[in-house]
Order: sequence, then C-alpha cells, then structure tokens
Amino acid sequence: MAEILGAEVDEEGYLIKVSDWTPEIANAMSEEDGIELSPEHWEVINFLQAYYKEYEFAPAVRVLTKAISKKLGNDKGNSRYLYSLFPYGPAKQGCRFAGLPKPTGCV
Amino acid sequence: MSSNKQIKLSTYVETPPIDRGSMAGDGPFKATAEIQKNLGFPAEKVDNWQQVAIDKMAETKSKYRSVQVFLDACVKCGACTDKCHYYLGTADPKNMPVARQDLFRSVYRRHFTFAGKYFPKLVGAKDLDEDMLDDWYNYFHQCSQCRRCAVYCPSGIDTAEISMAAREVMNAIGVGQKYSNQILGKVNKIGNNLGMPEPALRDTLMDLEEEIKDDTGVDVKLPIDIKNSEVLMVSPSADFFAEPHIDGLIGYAKVFHESGVSWTLSSYASEAANFGMFIGSYDVMREGALRIRRAALDLNVKRVIVGECGHAWRVAYSFWNTLSGIGGGAEDEYALKLQKQLDSNYPQPQHMIEFTYDLIKSHQLSFDKSKNDHRVVTFHDSCNVARGSNMGDISNGQFILPREVIKAACNNFIDMPKNTIKSSTFCCGGGGGLLTDDLIDLRVKGAKPRMHALKKSEQESGVNTLAAICAICKSQFSKVLPHYDFDPYMVVSVHQLVSDAIILSENSEQKD
Repeated sequence: MAEILGAEVDEEGYLIKVSDWTPEIANAMSEEDGIELSPEHWEVINFLQAYYKEYEFAPAVRVLTKAISKKLGNDKGNSRYLYSLFPYGPAKQGCRFAGLPKPTGCV
Repeated sequence: MSSNKQIKLSTYVETPPIDRGSMAGDGPFKATAEIQKNLGFPAEKVDNWQQVAIDKMAETKSKYRSVQVFLDACVKCGACTDKCHYYLGTADPKNMPVARQDLFRSVYRRHFTFAGKYFPKLVGAKDLDEDMLDDWYNYFHQCSQCRRCAVYCPSGIDTAEISMAAREVMNAIGVGQKYSNQILGKVNKIGNNLGMPEPALRDTLMDLEEEIKDDTGVDVKLPIDIKNSEVLMVSPSADFFAEPHIDGLIGYAKVFHESGVSWTLSSYASEAANFGMFIGSYDVMREGALRIRRAALDLNVKRVIVGECGHAWRVAYSFWNTLSGIGGGAEDEYALKLQKQLDSNYPQPQHMIEFTYDLIKSHQLSFDKSKNDHRVVTFHDSCNVARGSNMGDISNGQFILPREVIKAACNNFIDMPKNTIKSSTFCCGGGGGLLTDDLIDLRVKGAKPRMHALKKSEQESGVNTLAAICAICKSQFSKVLPHYDFDPYMVVSVHQLVSDAIILSENSEQKD
C-alpha cells in the first residue's frame, strides 16, 4: 500500500482513512500535482471538509460554487474558477487534497 | 494523471494502420476483496479459476442463446474492423471488434466445439491460460459496449454481449473491475452510484430550488419521497452532483412545473444508471431494478419516468418489464401489483424526452427560443439510446424526439456528419464502465472519431454547443474536449436547453 507522509493512500492517491488527514498531507499532495496551495485553495478544502463532516459526502459542484461565491465573491463562484484552482476537477482533486474519498459514479 | 496535451484533428475519420500491442497493459484497477464480496463475487481469484471460468462460460452460452449464436456466426468478413472508435483511436488490432470477440471465441472453440477440442490449431482454438485471462481483462475493458460494430456486421454479431459475458465470467472467478463494482456496491447500499446519502441529496435539492427561485422568481419544486405523486422520476445520480448534468435536472423540474403533473424523486432509488448491465450480471442488474420497483410501490405512483442516462434507458426500455414489472412481462407478486398500480394509458416506463416532447406537441410548453440564440447546437446520440431502445413508439423515435425537443427550444440546430449520428453514432469513449481516471488514455483516444465529426461541424457550421442525453457522455466530453482544443463547457444536457428557453408560469395550477 502506498503512503504519503506515513498515511496510507489507495492506488489513486486518496487517503484510506479520512482521520489521517493533516494540512501537511494536503501540501504534499498538491506539490506532487505541481500546485501551490493558495488561501483560495484552502477556502475550498475547508468547505469540502466541513460539508463532509455534516453529510459524510462531498458537496455537489453547484453547492460548492455557491459556497465559494459567498466567501470569495460572485466572480469566483463558478466552476471555471474552481477548475483554474484544481485542474483535475474541484470534486476529485479537491477531495483528494482534503483527505476525502473520491467521488464515484458517472462524474 | 494525464496532461491536457492537445491532439491535432482532421475533419474526417481516418482508419489508422495497425499498431500491434499499442494498448497492451494491465487494464483498469481491479476490485478489492471487499468490493467483490459486496456483490457476492469471490473476493479474489479462485484457485481452480480455469475450471470455474469454463463452467461459467457454459452457463452463459446456454442462458443467453445470443452469445452462442454470436460465437458461432462470425465468418471473419472484416466489415467490423474499422467501425470501433477504440480501434480508430488506438490502432491496436485487438480493438477491432472481431479480434476482441475472438479472445472469447477462441476459448469457446477449445472447450465447446468438436474441432476445437481435437484440432485446436486448425480452428484458432486456444486455452484459457494466464496470458489469455490478462488479455481478456485488458481488452474487454477497452470495449464500451456501444454496439456500433453490430450495426455493420452482416450477421448482427453484437460485441457488447460478448464483452458482457466475458466480464461476467471474470467476476465469477474473482477478477472484477474496481470502478464498476465499487459503484454497484454503493447503489445496493445507499441507492445511487455516488454513494450520496439522503440528507446530502435533500440539501442539494433545496439548494437548487433556491437557485431557480433566484433566477426566475418562480417556485419550482424538486420534490422527494412524496407519496401518491403521479410520476416517479428516476434520473442518473450525476444529475444531483456534476456539471453540466445538474442544469438538466433543473430542466426536468421546470417541465414538470409547467405540466402541472405531480412528481417525485425517491431517496431510496436515487439512481437510474444500472452498471449491472456493464458487468453482464443479470442478478446485479435485477437488484438495481428492484430498488426502483420498491420505490414505485412505496410511493404509490402512476408512472415511472427516466432521466437523461443512456444505458439506464436501455435497461428500462428493454429489460425493466421482465426484471421488475415496470411494463408487462414479470409475473411475480410485486410485479403484478405494480402493473395494476401503474396507469396503462401511458407507456411504462417513459423517457423524460418523451414526456417533454408530448407536452411540446400538445402546446403545453412555451419557449423563448432567442434565449439559446448564442448557441449553434448539435446532438450526440448516446449509443445505448441509439442502438438499444426507442422513444415515442414511432420508428426511429429515439433519433427524432431528442432533436425535436432541442429544436423547440433552440433556433440553431445542425447535425454532425451522417455516418457519425443516429444508428451510426460514435461512442463518447467513456461508456460501458470505462468512465474512470485510470482509463483516461483510452478515453481520450476513443473519443477521437466523435471529435473529428464535431470539429467538422464546428468549422463548417459554427457549432459551439454539444447536447447529450447521457450522464456518462456529459462527464466524458467535459473531460476529453480540452484534449481536442474544444471548450469543455460546450457540453449541455438537452434539458438544459429546455430549461434556458422555457417560459415559466407563476405556479403550475394556473396552467389548467
């Protein structure tokens, strides 16, 4: 089993245990993807984690964009902006950095 | 992870010279023991796997006579060789439909034909050894079961059925694909492919109601678990989660609002997709269908309508009747009960496109088509709808109805080249359980023929919008379009086009 900073990850790089997550892990994962985490990235990661805590599930992309629009302004509340932050998709890459399971299905 | 390296396209489909072994490999990630066990499959590859596989092949060919006919009927004429998008996109000769079939056929000959048992070399019969199994796993997960090859085969041999049979045999020996089987486990446990629990679903629907109210000023509802509604709507769960799918869901809600017909989603059966078909398992497919039946019974609805999901519509249209009793055919107690409950004045099940089309034809919907004037729209026929179903109970209705719905909402509609649409449609490249990141290289290459056609329509007619009626197609295109220098946001649901142009009444009661 692969690891990142001592935490187990699956073959696609998602944490096996949500509770293993630390900010350092998010930084290490993003570094592997060639991304430097900005405050805007952290807004998204924090929202994903808060939502997951309540629903045990990642938010729909539309729910995420609305939440980000409230926090960072209307011009940033759209999926184009989120894709500019997370080129592999706010749901998939965002969840990975946030330590959450990969969304599955036809998405 | 893949890069977004762009691929240069011409505007016609080229048949590439063969490039042997170009897609050789280990195939997609394999399912874990836990995932396999959840579906009742062996947790890992069983010790006597060869024997178990041959026994399963025997069962499969006797249960599905079509499979045996397809295995016996091929005369190697070659008509299928340049019809598969994965061959056209990858040039690997094992992606020619006949070669893909032959992986299965050669083992069939070895074990189930006289000549193959005694003179294997003369008739291309081969043993099912480790190498053969590896090839099965790799190349039967390079088939999206789109059935385009079957359209061109003079004997109508359907590679999809052979690929389903091969996957069923592999699951029986404990070799399953992670993506499909993990999803099926979630449907059985939680009710949808996403694994989205009820509270998150309810929260999302409330959010969407607010959004529609903000956008339009009208109270359009997205009801869930409302007993005695007229319609149970079953849509692919991607409609609750992904872009651009969610705007299609908003479109369904607006159409129901205007129709005045009461409708509900179900938290128990929040998935139209049925990957049981992809893995060739009748039992798993039935389990998914039975969830929908139970929801229909519990909610006491009169009609069942299916949202924009390609293979869901094939399963619903072709198999729900005998699987679950939605439509006539099944004869168990609950099927009979449901058949009595459902309103026989309507087809059961119905596609959302049929519902909208009927309202358009009876002048119950009004549109401001200019709202879509910034778009030049083309339509991608999803393979399972195009080659595995019908709509509207008229010949070729599955091609006519979606286009009529688009044209009712848009002024500018143009079809892609003739040999790439309707029954000749090219798969998006992500169907059949292949819409997974570990197959992204295959998905990009497999989309190439569709991208050629789209490029031609873009250059000649200014097409800037690609409408689809399948959750897989929408996700796949969003992902692969940038590889071909297209804007990923050009993909829309057909019901998004409806949603953008429909004129809403203040409340649905006023309609009558």
